[in-house]
Amino acid sequence: MNNRTIQTDKLAFEDFEPGRQFPLGPYPVSAEEIVAFASEFDPQPMHLDEEAGKASILSGLSASGWHTCAIVMRMFIDGYIANSTSQGAPGVDNCKWIRPVRAGDTLSGTSTVVSARPLQSRPGVGAVQFRHEIVNQDGKVVCTSENSGFFATRNREAGA
Amino acid sequence: MSGLDAFDIGRRNDLGTHRFTAEEIIAFARKFDPQPFHIDAAAAAGSMFGGLCASGWHTTAVWMKKNVEFRDRWHDELKANGKSPPEIGPSPGFRNLRWHKPVYAGDTIQFFNTWLSARRRERKPEWGIVESHSEGFNQNGEKVISFDSAVLVRI
Repeated sequence: MNNRTIQTDKLAFEDFEPGRQFPLGPYPVSAEEIVAFASEFDPQPMHLDEEAGKASILSGLSASGWHTCAIVMRMFIDGYIANSTSQGAPGVDNCKWIRPVRAGDTLSGTSTVVSARPLQSRPGVGAVQFRHEIVNQDGKVVCTSENSGFFATRNREAGA
Repeated sequence: MSGLDAFDIGRRNDLGTHRFTAEEIIAFARKFDPQPFHIDAAAAAGSMFGGLCASGWHTTAVWMKKNVEFRDRWHDELKANGKSPPEIGPSPGFRNLRWHKPVYAGDTIQFFNTWLSARRRERKPEWGIVESHSEGFNQNGEKVISFDSAVLVRI
């Protein structure tokens, strides 16, 4: 078999061209999900109780920012990661929680490829730099972030 | 007095430890990050990680859990010393998050949080901002996670 003639259906490093955009969501966020996550990981009153949320600076029951990040990860998975040669990610350069994510919100958004480069240290793998923007059902930005992810090249994937 | 005064800049707080079980790694990842190396031990063994490991967002979520637990202990400590605990608000975000090494099933991670600065702001002057650096180390002393974050504190 000649690796170079085999094509994978998955999105490979070569498919992440600068400027390409991937739609994310929709992801409806329920009060039950907000409270369940917060009960386990971030039990602060504004994430657990509607009345406490209203009394807080967030003015309503709102998701933990770490919950928002986890939801956005799921949106990446469903948007393109699951159908890709993803090799994980080393981290996140920055993430801004711009507006509260409230019970009943529906999140959507876009991942935009900023740049892509092959890794000298890992032949067959490239790093893709993304900028992500997440909005609520009113089109208001709730979260932005920038990070890079690793993806196998098409030939490597096909030969694997 | 301001809520910012309670933060002893430079203090490195031990947030405590958490053992990541295979069951909780899989449960978290099924909801939020269902990649094979987070949900399937056999697939993980054949991946570049070499074993079942936690979603990076699971690690940050557990950091927050330990941070909230620490905050309760710290507030008790302040009260015992006759000081009033500050009112902590939401966070505007974080920077420089790095997952240095995988957190494998069975790993015990010890988390730390160091207060770097506390300052007033011109915008929304009733809320100041405290910046900190956080880290997590596994049972072999290897750093698995670090990031810089901020939180609003009532003046």
